[in-house]
Amino acid sequence: MVDIPYEGIEGIPPAEVPDVELYHPRSWWTRYVFSQDAKVIAIQYSLTASAIGLVALVLSWLMRLQLGFPGTFSFIDANQYLQFITMHGMIMVIYLLTALFLGGFGNYLIPLMVGARDMVFPYVNMLSYWVYLLAVLVLASTFFVPGGPTGAGWTLYPPQAILSGTPGQDWGIILMMSSLILFIIGFTMGGLNYVVTVLQARTRGMTLMRLPLTVWGIFTATVMALLAFPALFVASVMLLLDRLLGTSFFMPSLVEMGTLSKYGGGSPLLFQHLFWFFGHPEVYIVALPAFGIVSDLISTHARKNIFGYRMMVWAIVAIGALSFIVWAHHMYVSGMFPQFGYFFATTTLIIAIPTAIKVYNWVLTLWRGDIHLRVPMLFALGFIITFVNGGLTGLFLGNVVVDVPLSDTMFVVAHFHMVMGVAPIMVVLGAIYHWYPKVTGRMLNDALGKFHFWVTFLGAYLIFFPMHYLGLLGVPRRYFELGDAAFIPTSAHSLNAFISVVALTVGFSQMVFLFNLAWSLFKGEASGGNPWRATTLEWQTPETPPGHGNWGKELPIVYRWAYDYSVPGAAEDFIPQNQPPRATQLIQGAAS
Amino acid sequence: MAVALILLLVAIGSVLFHIYSPWWWTPIATNWAYIDHTINITFWITGFVFVAVIAFMAYCVFRFHHKEGRRADYNPENKKLEWWLSVGTGVGVAAMLAPGLVVWHQFVTVPADATEVEVMGQQWQWSFRLPGKDGRLGTSDVRNIAADNPMGLNRDDAHAQDDVVIENGDLHLQVGKPVKVLLRSVDVLHDFYVPEFRAKMDMVPGMVTYFWITPIRTGTFDVLCAELCGAAHYQMRAKVIVDEEREYHAWLEQQKTFAELSSAKAIVKATYQSGGK
Repeated sequence: MVDIPYEGIEGIPPAEVPDVELYHPRSWWTRYVFSQDAKVIAIQYSLTASAIGLVALVLSWLMRLQLGFPGTFSFIDANQYLQFITMHGMIMVIYLLTALFLGGFGNYLIPLMVGARDMVFPYVNMLSYWVYLLAVLVLASTFFVPGGPTGAGWTLYPPQAILSGTPGQDWGIILMMSSLILFIIGFTMGGLNYVVTVLQARTRGMTLMRLPLTVWGIFTATVMALLAFPALFVASVMLLLDRLLGTSFFMPSLVEMGTLSKYGGGSPLLFQHLFWFFGHPEVYIVALPAFGIVSDLISTHARKNIFGYRMMVWAIVAIGALSFIVWAHHMYVSGMFPQFGYFFATTTLIIAIPTAIKVYNWVLTLWRGDIHLRVPMLFALGFIITFVNGGLTGLFLGNVVVDVPLSDTMFVVAHFHMVMGVAPIMVVLGAIYHWYPKVTGRMLNDALGKFHFWVTFLGAYLIFFPMHYLGLLGVPRRYFELGDAAFIPTSAHSLNAFISVVALTVGFSQMVFLFNLAWSLFKGEASGGNPWRATTLEWQTPETPPGHGNWGKELPIVYRWAYDYSVPGAAEDFIPQNQPPRATQLIQGAAS
Repeated sequence: MAVALILLLVAIGSVLFHIYSPWWWTPIATNWAYIDHTINITFWITGFVFVAVIAFMAYCVFRFHHKEGRRADYNPENKKLEWWLSVGTGVGVAAMLAPGLVVWHQFVTVPADATEVEVMGQQWQWSFRLPGKDGRLGTSDVRNIAADNPMGLNRDDAHAQDDVVIENGDLHLQVGKPVKVLLRSVDVLHDFYVPEFRAKMDMVPGMVTYFWITPIRTGTFDVLCAELCGAAHYQMRAKVIVDEEREYHAWLEQQKTFAELSSAKAIVKATYQSGGK
């Protein structure tokens, strides 16, 4: 059973927490720019990720203009289209979602939620951000180099990624690999911090099984990322060597534009295995923090403990472990050893079970709750729908033979956008509405928030749900134009135009959100320290926004798990984790 | 309660869209109806789960949204319920996986009587090759590729001489005859993709990959490339024509063999190059 100590604090020694050796900023520069405070680093990560994310958003508009209205926009040619899809995908998956969940939310929430003063290695944490910023700048620079960014697709499959038939073969691909290498170096510095902080810097009483699921999600995702990114690192270095030094790690004997190339003896499939050994865990590196965060949003706003906490923790760990043995389900039609299909289909479908458990537990948390339909809760509900939808279509693509007709079609595009695009972004947005008051001390505007939610959720659903059916019809992905194909009816072109119009609408509606963020910073209603009446430690800080070192003189002591909402007998419908049992006010007449 | 209603409408709307959508898979042209059946099974199971979860969620929002004085239950765990749900999910997963694996077994098991055809991809066109009278395809290597030998066939291989080579043309197949489609690329990844065939597979330089089909109806089908292969990926097209036996043979008679295509000049060149393998 869940451990809820109502009595017996005598066993806990008095708080005696000396000031840890934090670097105290002495100037404006070390306070706001070269800061070692995880909260400042978190904001730096978030702003940088959002800025490059806006570039990816604009690229998606250009892609949708071309797909919806082929031939209308003469400023988009076939090469540029490939460059747009490549940069859009890479930015969204790595430079936005990974950086935002781990570098942004991880930095802000881990020390606060576990009751630490900061990350355990603040200086390395600062370096992590600056290396990440460098990676983003190198990536962005590819828009301005001769030949432009690479158009190899975000999967960067050789041989075409480094051959002359693909745009960006001169500088784009070299800078892309360099940027990825930098990103991984930067991430590793941050990631080690998150793991060690969760393991070593939890405050007194904060056992692992009392951690909020947000921390479990980010922690597990970070461990996975530390294990998965090296595969991408190796692949990037090897591909760079193939391109620059003419080695042949991934390059067999082949003809390049009519003449025999100097390459020979390498394996294109080797790259795919390395890429997806990283790439599949990457899906869960984005998903697990979202799983964790959404659990806390649902629990807080439904005023009810998360249902099946222990099962939720084990499901996160099981998904994390299983996700390392499913990678080749991205390669069913790659030409790899056909017998692999049995193994990878089986492991892939097994992963559906812990994932389904999480979904059940989210909706069961709503059962007999006291559901406040505030903006963060709306986004959580939107997440459940889009995630269930995207997860279920994953059962098509994971089931080897079903994948054969669907792979490389718009079905795949629709699936992964729903499950690792829309669903995690629902959580990101919900989380911003949820924690913005802690970061700024002000509430975001509620009416604008609701408008933003409905347009984004319904719009995104209208974009990606019908898109599956284009794929079912057989429309291939990564096509600049569909051209003449007897099997594609004109109605499919109309659907494409419809999707483009909705996509542009949803895209522009994000401006409402940006306005809300800026406006509320100055004009938003003051929030106080704990506007949602939440239990977890970050809401119990002595100051809001929390000061350097987070906790004032003494670290909090944790007496209970993170989900004591609506405890029978308690007067309030929440009991903070650091509230001593004796301090809990009881309903008059209730037995203690 | 508007929010609950909208959530429910999303689920109902999705189902209605599925039923009435004009966009559905192409009429199948091969033996792989099994794949379509497996997709249908998957649609039924996942559709049921989707509607059940969303409807339950919408009901909770309707029934338990905040009102003055409401207080949530305190209910951390329910082991029995959690196990039942896990087992039920496991059964559903098995019901999709089992037929999937059975059909995959068929997919990777090529029948002994399948004849071979070769499809070669290069940026950005398709070439085809059929075995000649000897019923065997000759060997090939990208290093043999020359202006008069675009498929890189091995001139010293007797089996290659009578191979039927189709450059910039369409591929014909005979209805009802199982065929193993051997796939080869000389530059980058491609993927031989005919939506009506359901089967597809990447073509990887340095490897020969394959799939097998039995065409079940005649017709003309578009060939597309399904693996990003560079700037003109979207323009890499050809056609496959499935014929009755008589038309097929009439077409085959008109095709040129590798030996016939090699001009006198090429023969001179071949002699010159015969030091190769």
